Amino acid sequence: MTSQFKIATFYLYRMRQSWTTYLKELLEIVHYFYFAPAYHLILEGILILWIIRLLFSKTYKLHETYKLTEKEKEDLIEEWQPDPLVPPVSKDHPSLSYDVVTGHKITINGKECINFASFNFLGLLDNERVKQKALASLKKYGVGTCGPRGFYGTFDVHLELESRLAKFMKTEEAIIYSYGFATIASAIPAYSKRGDIIFVDEAACFSIQKGLQASRSFIKYFKHNDMEDLERMLKEQELEDQKNPRKARVTRKFIVVEGLYINTADICPLPELVTLKYKYKVRIFLEESMSFGVLGEHGRGVTEHFGVNIDDIDLISANMENAVASIGGFCCGRSFVIDHQRLSGQGYCFSASLPPMLAAAAIEALNIMEEDPEIFTVLRGKCKHVHKALQGIPGLKLVGVQSAPALHLQLERSSGSRDSDMQLLRTIVEYCLERRVALTLARYLEKEERFLPSPSIRVVVTVEQTEEDVHNAVSCIQEAASAVLK
Amino acid sequence: MVRSNQNVTHNSSLYKKPFEESFEETPLLVAVLTYMGYGILTIFGYLRDFLRHWSIEKCQVAREKEEQKDFVPLYQDFENFYTRNLYMRIRDNWNRPICSVPGAKMDLVESVSHDFNWTFEHTGRVVKDVINMGSYNYLGFAENNGACADAAIEATEKYGVGVASSRCEMGNLDIHEELERLVARFLGVESSMAFGMGFATNSMNIPALTGKGCLILSDELNHASLVLGARLAGSTIRVFKHNNMQSLEKLLRDAIAHGQPRTHRPWKKILIVVEGIYSMEGSIVRLPEVVALKKRYKAYLYLDEAHSIGALGPNGRGVVDYFGLDPKDVDIMMGTFTKSFGAAGGYIGGKKELIDYLRCHSHSALYAISMSPPVAQQIISSMKSIMGEDGTTLGRQLSENTTYFRRKLREMGFIIYGNDDSPVVPMMLYMPAKIGAFGREMLKRNIGTVVVGFPATPIIESRARFCVSAAHTREMLDTALEATDEVGDLLQLKYSRREQPLPSLGWMAEESLLQD
Repeated sequence: MTSQFKIATFYLYRMRQSWTTYLKELLEIVHYFYFAPAYHLILEGILILWIIRLLFSKTYKLHETYKLTEKEKEDLIEEWQPDPLVPPVSKDHPSLSYDVVTGHKITINGKECINFASFNFLGLLDNERVKQKALASLKKYGVGTCGPRGFYGTFDVHLELESRLAKFMKTEEAIIYSYGFATIASAIPAYSKRGDIIFVDEAACFSIQKGLQASRSFIKYFKHNDMEDLERMLKEQELEDQKNPRKARVTRKFIVVEGLYINTADICPLPELVTLKYKYKVRIFLEESMSFGVLGEHGRGVTEHFGVNIDDIDLISANMENAVASIGGFCCGRSFVIDHQRLSGQGYCFSASLPPMLAAAAIEALNIMEEDPEIFTVLRGKCKHVHKALQGIPGLKLVGVQSAPALHLQLERSSGSRDSDMQLLRTIVEYCLERRVALTLARYLEKEERFLPSPSIRVVVTVEQTEEDVHNAVSCIQEAASAVLK
Repeated sequence: MVRSNQNVTHNSSLYKKPFEESFEETPLLVAVLTYMGYGILTIFGYLRDFLRHWSIEKCQVAREKEEQKDFVPLYQDFENFYTRNLYMRIRDNWNRPICSVPGAKMDLVESVSHDFNWTFEHTGRVVKDVINMGSYNYLGFAENNGACADAAIEATEKYGVGVASSRCEMGNLDIHEELERLVARFLGVESSMAFGMGFATNSMNIPALTGKGCLILSDELNHASLVLGARLAGSTIRVFKHNNMQSLEKLLRDAIAHGQPRTHRPWKKILIVVEGIYSMEGSIVRLPEVVALKKRYKAYLYLDEAHSIGALGPNGRGVVDYFGLDPKDVDIMMGTFTKSFGAAGGYIGGKKELIDYLRCHSHSALYAISMSPPVAQQIISSMKSIMGEDGTTLGRQLSENTTYFRRKLREMGFIIYGNDDSPVVPMMLYMPAKIGAFGREMLKRNIGTVVVGFPATPIIESRARFCVSAAHTREMLDTALEATDEVGDLLQLKYSRREQPLPSLGWMAEESLLQD
């Protein structure tokens, strides 16, 4: 014990010593250790080991002090009954009996009809040139690509399509995806992460909603096409930012809008959005699936329609499945923005690339669009004509602006329940189908949509429809409406 | 990192033939050198960033617009550190453009970079007849002539290329219905449904099947599409160690016994999500054990056969066929058509109630475009070819090629991961510099391989991945093996330290007779 006492007093005195004497004292400690009795050292050793063990052992959780015995576990496992894998679906659910469509003269269930339901705006689904180019590509490359873009799945056709799209849209770069739905759903989470803020229009389509969900950011919905509501939200956010400037410096903010909304068939006010962008320092992502190849003098979409500089929009995303009549999607913009998706777009890196014949078909469709810009004026004329013709059908109201090629016909007065509304509209559609006019109900996932649109019939305008076809269709719908909706 | 071999087979009575998998441990010296390599690269990365920041070095990274300089930066500097400084140096090993069929041999577009991989230029020349060890062409259906291509040509002429509508609205063609009936017959299930993209099949259907209050038990190394689907579903996700049945059983028992976290209510459903072949490891799922666990604990099984459909099994019907199990035991059989069928898209097969439910509630059926007709026709013809005629020839050729290739690589002394029967062969490289060197050296010898590094694999376990195909002839495999041998000696890649008990060739012939 005397040596321990000595060591203790030593420490008390150490603090007053200078460096040279410190060294001398250190040598003395070693001397003492050497001469200390064995039991003393062992005791100190055990104490040190005990402290180390306590430091590394798990903390004692008070709320999980109970532990189930093996028997209790077995009983619980025996008793547990899971829900069935899928809930039963009623036999007459509309999705169970799809119309079977053959070819592109649209033969539905054996009857040849005029197509007012597919998004074939420029009539390119049947175009011979497009088919020939696709066949030439098939004879050269086969059908599939057998790999993602990073691993020998990049074909020269893909690179050509990307550069053609970038040139057409007058941006620096474009990137292609192999599925239209996956395009915006992969693009949004590549930039916006947890903690960022996204302002979205209420009428955004389902693929945007899935992209938002995958991004885990804060989502704020503003009323459809209501710039004051958006400005109010942006002002609130600005006040928040001023309270916490450090956090604000790393929180990215985005606005996601569609050029032409698929659910409400109207156009977003792009010039006001651009002013808001520079005023509140928010980036804009524009989804142009319905407006690419439709709006604008050369079909470049809503930026050309309003005369907005395309560099002001950070990212434009569109799918090639509507006007371009192929499969897949693309994003275009400045290289600074687009290049990032080549390594962090999930639908790009982890998925097989677009089959080359579909890319070749898209290139040919672009060729047709560039050679003949008259086609857009023709389409606009037809849209106007159809819009006028569908006004004033008793019992049905037309939703959509004049230049929209995909319009909705909703019931003027709802019967109260969504199911009966859908049933009424379905009867109208079937009536028209009997008379060889192909229409379809706009379909939504009722439980998953954030802001479920009202039931409606989708009417699509294409350049292939003649005036007679339109007249026929309108009179069919009028007859059906008066017959069904007394 | 040293990895202990915890994937030991228990319950070997469930397996009809031996299940040989190996993941040899990383040698300690190699691990240390690899960390050192990454450390040096990181230091240089910081140095280069510093030089670029002070404009001593020309900066070729794309910049933000002038007017938007005071916006919140779109990317954090550190997020792109790895891309700017490590990935850029060896970027020429990926995204190599090709200009022919991705068959057993392919033609690459020659591209050079004059500014250290920041930009590429096509010289206009084509590198011809590069042996393709990178494309997922397991059964050799990537071809531009023959019965499949002719049928696809007919389908294009009849239907065109696009569809322009979703399945529910106006996009349901008769060719889709024919395809679905054929897929159901091929798999041996009641009914099936086909989708336009394999990735989207997972990310759009798992949310339709599970929701809040359900539990998803997913393997550690599941594909990004499965992880995304599970996240979008909103269920609780728990991860079990790769192919480790004890870990899975423990999670199952704890989950059922304790219920949902905090409320302790019982779970509505438990879904086990596994893949047939894991493409980064080359391992095959221990399906008999998983099925036994699933039956015992009343969970549901989701099997993603992206790589294994067509490639495994005596009849090419996938991993269920390989183990000789009943397809009805797997609740949800999912797969893709990209790999073994030379097309694009995905499918889900199962009971009729399941598929009916998916027809009404899958996100893809309602919002996404249906499959393109020539692609559907290609699947139909290739599937009929696997089923109808001498289907076993293709699968047989593939399994012979696989066994030969793996055996030879192992004899040479490389570390090969994975199951002896899987056509995906990952070969370990470990050090970052060897990733780039291997890819380039193999290309010089006219062999196209795939190299993978961080973040697709753990940071020190970078690898090269060979995909054996039924279209590869013995000569092509021998050429590839010779080149790998050469490069392996050049780069000192022969890390394996185990003794090779070499079976004689006579044993090989006997084994293949037994498989009949």
